[in-house]
Amino acid sequence: MSETLRREWTRRVAMAPGAVYALILLSLVFALFTAQFLTLHNLTNVGMQGSVLVIVSLGMTLIILSEGIDLSIGPVLGLAGVVLALAVKQQVALPLAILAAIATGGTFGALNGVLISRLGLPPFVVTLGSFGMAQGLALVLTEGSSVPGLGPGVQYFNDGRILGFQVPIIMTAIAFLVVYVILYYTKFGTYVFALGGNQEALALAGVRTRLYKTGVYVLGGILAGVGALVMTARMNAAHPTVGVGLEFDAIASVILGGTSFERGKGWLGGTMIGALAVSVLRNGLNLIGLSTSWQVSMVGVVIILAIVVDSLRGI
Amino acid sequence: MSHFWLSSLPRLVMIIVLLVALSFVSPAFLSVQNLTNILRQASLLFLLASGLTVVILTAGIDLSIGSVLALSASVAANFIQQGWIWAGSLIGLAIGAACGLLNGLMVAVGLPPFIATYGMLWVAEGFAQVFMKGEIISGFPTGFRFLGAGYLAGVPVPILVMIVVLMVCIFALRRTNFGRYVYFFGANREAARLSGINTRGNLLLVYSLSGLISAFAGLVYISRIDAVESTIGEPLLLPAIAAVCIGGTSLFGGEGGIGGTMVGALIMTLVTNGMNLLNASPYWQPFVMGAIVVLSVAIDQFGSAKVETA
Repeated sequence: MSETLRREWTRRVAMAPGAVYALILLSLVFALFTAQFLTLHNLTNVGMQGSVLVIVSLGMTLIILSEGIDLSIGPVLGLAGVVLALAVKQQVALPLAILAAIATGGTFGALNGVLISRLGLPPFVVTLGSFGMAQGLALVLTEGSSVPGLGPGVQYFNDGRILGFQVPIIMTAIAFLVVYVILYYTKFGTYVFALGGNQEALALAGVRTRLYKTGVYVLGGILAGVGALVMTARMNAAHPTVGVGLEFDAIASVILGGTSFERGKGWLGGTMIGALAVSVLRNGLNLIGLSTSWQVSMVGVVIILAIVVDSLRGI
Repeated sequence: MSHFWLSSLPRLVMIIVLLVALSFVSPAFLSVQNLTNILRQASLLFLLASGLTVVILTAGIDLSIGSVLALSASVAANFIQQGWIWAGSLIGLAIGAACGLLNGLMVAVGLPPFIATYGMLWVAEGFAQVFMKGEIISGFPTGFRFLGAGYLAGVPVPILVMIVVLMVCIFALRRTNFGRYVYFFGANREAARLSGINTRGNLLLVYSLSGLISAFAGLVYISRIDAVESTIGEPLLLPAIAAVCIGGTSLFGGEGGIGGTMVGALIMTLVTNGMNLLNASPYWQPFVMGAIVVLSVAIDQFGSAKVETA
């Protein structure tokens, strides 16, 4: 019995997504090289900074599971933040402004989803197109400048506490639970996994694949809207280009987390660990004192290495 | 031949409509100076899009062209400004080719092209930023300025460069084994591999070429504007993809060609030029470029769907 158990564990360790190793390795390295890394204050900081990434990556997981990709998530988050900030500046009630931001994300998701599922266009080119459209709209609406000073209502979503926990961390937990239930306990979730397998067979079996595929992108967009709320609250301002690049971190988190581009293989918990690993990497590079420019390239290099290693392992 | 003219008819009509509309909008449009200017701008876009066309013909994509352009131009500029024109240019080209080779390696290993080259986009952009530290390098030796701003027999050099690259690409795609492999590979990768074509080697070559041409486009670009900063590449990606798509090259590979991309680059440049003449806010440009990419791909898909059912 102990033999089979041992084998089972060896298998699990070998099959664990790269994110687990990356997270452990990065944490060890930064704990050794910087005194500040392993402090409660800094770890809370990682959680706070990572919350937007986790929220956005949850949606990206479902999109990638369905054999899609969404390169527009970053700029769409930027645009949703701009919509939120402008609405607040126009004295719109806060709940309505938040709703408008989330609706902005959902609309872009729907646009992407319909073009991809109805017309059969490659997801990366459709979402690259909406990347430009969302960024353009955000720039036009703000004339390229920030919208600062949004007041305590918005700031609550960064500074507030519920039961002693920071609001962004609570929101991330809720988002994770909701997406978890959707993915693992609903018909929709089952079809998302199946979409990554054989879409032709699924369609022939009478499943409305186009509807579910569109739904995946809408969910991704809605989560980008939620992420925009947290991001805008943290900065107490909206900036039109704030989201650019976030889509890369999100895609990296998902892949590091063990979700693959083919065959509907994936794990939502892995995405969470992946997003934490990326956040730890950024935080640690910051503590070491590397400039943002170095961070951009180092994060890129580390992530590409991880992806290549992952694909070489044949997972 | 008749098929070629039939399929490119909508694009030629689009160009004529744009030309007529723009000449009504602004009397300055139809001046020799403005038209030469348009061709000169189109040459940069065409160069960048030409390598991309070959990649897309193999059913791949190269999202890193803009930032590879920025990285190689940034490094090259540092040497060129010191007066090392040839050494700097060669180093720039080598960096471009190396980035492309890395892309090719990742794709050959089995990564989806859009994810491999998207990763390269951020790596190259990051290194360009590290290298430039947010500064601008300007003021190159006159010898180097010849490439982007010079004239040969009264014709701007970039336009001549564009014509030469167009000819070379047409020859390579139509008259060489490499060209046949590119189309074959894009049409059916598995069949190409089974018939004994060195698919991996050709992939490496295709992506390296794309990186090399991006770097070359970067040299022409910084030679024209006489300056470089780390962000010059970012706004170029969408127009380049749009030029290829409008040019009728299918994103699914195996269909299209470099001539279409030439027309696509002209159309995209006319659109940008028109927006400038109309005094539209530059902030609209990402939106317009994005919309054109989506629309052109969608229209292309509609067209091919009709052909299939007919």
